[in-house]
Amino acid sequence: MDKEIKQLKVSAIRNGTVIDHIPANNLFKVINILGLYRSDNQITFGTNLESKRLGSKAIVKISDKFFVDEEINRIALAAPQAKLNIIKEYKVEEKKEVTVPDEFTGIVKCVNPKCITNNETVKPKFRVISKKEVSLKCHYCEKITDQEHMVFI
Amino acid sequence: MENKSLISINDYSKEEILHVLDLAGEFEQNPTQTILSGKVIATLFFEPSTRTRLSFESAVNRLGGKIIGFSDSASSSATKGESLKDTIKTVSNYSDLIVMRHPLEGSARYASEVAMVPVVNAGDGANQHPTQTLLDLYSIKKTQKTLENLNIFIVGDLKYGRTVHSLLMAMARFNATFYFVSPKELRIPQEYKLFLDQHGLKYYEMTDFKDTISEADIMYVTRVQKERFSDPIEYEKTKNAYVLRNKMLENTKSNLKILHPLPRVNEINTDVDDNEKAYYFTQALNGVYTRQSILSLILGLKN
Ligand SMILES: [Zn+2]
Repeated sequence: MDKEIKQLKVSAIRNGTVIDHIPANNLFKVINILGLYRSDNQITFGTNLESKRLGSKAIVKISDKFFVDEEINRIALAAPQAKLNIIKEYKVEEKKEVTVPDEFTGIVKCVNPKCITNNETVKPKFRVISKKEVSLKCHYCEKITDQEHMVFI
Repeated sequence: MENKSLISINDYSKEEILHVLDLAGEFEQNPTQTILSGKVIATLFFEPSTRTRLSFESAVNRLGGKIIGFSDSASSSATKGESLKDTIKTVSNYSDLIVMRHPLEGSARYASEVAMVPVVNAGDGANQHPTQTLLDLYSIKKTQKTLENLNIFIVGDLKYGRTVHSLLMAMARFNATFYFVSPKELRIPQEYKLFLDQHGLKYYEMTDFKDTISEADIMYVTRVQKERFSDPIEYEKTKNAYVLRNKMLENTKSNLKILHPLPRVNEINTDVDDNEKAYYFTQALNGVYTRQSILSLILGLKN
């Protein structure tokens, strides 16, 4: 196999989804949120790539996988600027941006150690109170979890 | 309000708050009735709070209702490892309404989601204690004849004080002006100042009230606890600055009333007790009428 073809095989996908503009230090959070660690699809990713906007970005390419919006919006918490390219036959069929949901269940732990969700089997639930710098208000204890303190489940 | 749990003061609209207070006024006129006869109220206190529990139980007893429950987690099945969900589901079978106090924050909201009967939050950790807030509002309205446009001084621990935060959120609906008096370490958190800014309300922050006390309509005093200070020397230096003494009340408004959620330690000197501006003991009594109002509205016995 010559070098050029090998490169193509790693970097381009025939069908699937490319998620670009992930902050490099949140790459593994995104992989976690989307449950990619238990996926059987071919996945390639690159990280610490140069980015004018993010400084250092990561990119994930998942073959033969097309997410529904609800699934993909979950990563908005870790990568609010992420861009998606839907690839069909090596061509970009559609571009999508993520939108931060108004409220959601799971995904993130409440920052408050005295919160019921951290002490009994209660799923965390949040209202998003700020979408630029993502900031979450716990439905139960009413404490605020900001971007810096987000721990993904 | 019928069948609706009361978990946070923000669950009630301004109109609903005023309705609770009006009805509390009726109970003050006529506190002994039989409207709760045949009703069973569960008081589940996963941590002890004798004052709050007795106030609820007095409210129920004076209206002819029956009480079941426990007064600390040692006598509940929680010590045997039962989940909160299971306890609440079980007690739902035996009662018409659950009053709950629990050390974990958000526990009351969760309980209201699994219970088949309405839940009244009697304190969930440092989060909410809405019946305290409603009795504070009742006391303010009763003594000032209005809740609108008042100068509210809040003194002491403004950082961790749960009652302080709820009172602020509630009084913000009535165009209050706030005077926050606290040591630097225990200042009102940024999020509350932001909230007041967003609602266009005026507030002042200060480390003592000497020069401003003459403006006060309500002075709400809370405890400054030693364990809240990272530096014990700082505590020793500041603790006496927040003790209210009778002679400080000389040049204050005639309508001024001093409130305190109790228990008091030394932040209000006992020489204030006989001043007609001291209102904290009556405030506690108002808790019974306010809780009678809340319980009978939720149970649909009054409307
Ligand atoms: Zn929480």
